[in-house]
Amino acid sequence: MAKAAILSYIKRKSLVHELTGTTKLIFFIIWSVASMVTYDTRILVGMLLISVLVFKVSKIRVRDISVVLGLAAVFLVLNNLFVYLFAPEYGVEIYESRNVLLTIAGPYTITAQQLFYHLNMTMKVICVVPVALLFIACTDPSEFAASLARIGVSYRAGYAVSLALRYIPDVQREYQNISQAQQARGIDLSSKDKFFTRLKNSVAILLPLVMSSLNRIETVSNAMELRGFGKEKKRTWYVQRRLQRNDWLVIGFVVLILVVDLVVTFWDGSRFFNPFV
Amino acid sequence: MKKLSVKSVVAIGIGAALFFVLGKVAIPSPVPNTNISLQYSVAAVFAALFGPIAGLLIGFIGHTLIDATSYGPWWSWIIASAFFGLVVGFATMKMHVEEGVGKKEIIFFNVAQAIAHLLAWGLVAPVLDILIYAEPIEKLFAQGLMASVSNIITTGVVGTLLLLGYAKTVVKKGSLTKED
Repeated sequence: MAKAAILSYIKRKSLVHELTGTTKLIFFIIWSVASMVTYDTRILVGMLLISVLVFKVSKIRVRDISVVLGLAAVFLVLNNLFVYLFAPEYGVEIYESRNVLLTIAGPYTITAQQLFYHLNMTMKVICVVPVALLFIACTDPSEFAASLARIGVSYRAGYAVSLALRYIPDVQREYQNISQAQQARGIDLSSKDKFFTRLKNSVAILLPLVMSSLNRIETVSNAMELRGFGKEKKRTWYVQRRLQRNDWLVIGFVVLILVVDLVVTFWDGSRFFNPFV
Repeated sequence: MKKLSVKSVVAIGIGAALFFVLGKVAIPSPVPNTNISLQYSVAAVFAALFGPIAGLLIGFIGHTLIDATSYGPWWSWIIASAFFGLVVGFATMKMHVEEGVGKKEIIFFNVAQAIAHLLAWGLVAPVLDILIYAEPIEKLFAQGLMASVSNIITTGVVGTLLLLGYAKTVVKKGSLTKED
């Protein structure tokens, strides 16, 4: 495995970084809900503009996340391609009109409606990307469990998320060690070997990894038990911060966006904004 | 909801970390540009060992972290992953892997994982995709079917071998005999 493109916390000084983890979590959740609900072009354009603006404010540079953006682009192109291949007339169905721009072959024509549908679909995904990336890049992982507890998630579940974040680098290192050791013994995972051989070979790596993880679970849970984890109903967090004025402003703003989003989207009884009829 | 034990909390955390790392590993599959999803084999084994809530949260946390660090969360598939862990966990609740794995357990585990994959990728993911992203049905079910089949094969082979390997390391009850 080459160095995987994994986004992580980038420490900078900016307005977005200064907000508490709780605020960013609430913003992220409401923002995803808002983008999932709507298919209204006007709302999507607005959300896209805001997300670009937030990105500017955060002082995270495009360079920092270029690999991740590349992945997102590939994913979007493939998704659009598949939708078109399977349903070239889907836009016509939704927008109940048909303006052919170009005929390729057989059922594959390019209609204005289909292009408009693809545009909306793509915007729907794109307007969440900057917010999701910023959420990861601007939130200190150690603050994350405290934020989850703050919005009412049980602290046990929050602690599980913290543990996951804490142990990802360890598990990754272990995977690499085992995988290299097994490769030295001639176990191949690349496409040079047959598919079922590859599957069987992967077990040679996974079994030691799972066994050592089970040992780790034993050790860590014993340590936590000894320190009395889970005795009380509540728990305090060292990194928890109080919400400041800016936090309330941001939360108010995102709730407002959700309200506008719901009203504009469902005002005329349809999720889609239809400029064709 | 019943309180999670300390051990489950840790199992969820480390299980989700495993899910994440395996989800980022690229092992090429026969179809070009797609990879084998090894993470579901491990999720299924952990669900069998630690129960449905652990399965649910491992799928949910692991998949959310994979998506959030690559291209933003695709919620319908995240929920499908969580659903997969939940179903496998429920189906294998009566199965005591710690007491040895025989033919019966293997068949049971595989039926459970196959049903869970079919429901997750053939039903939950496409239906949510229609509701959330309004994508055409034809594309979604073709995609769901592909994902189910490849995941069932992968989990069937890798998950079963992991389970057998694990069972071998557990000391069985009554494995000691008294010397005369």
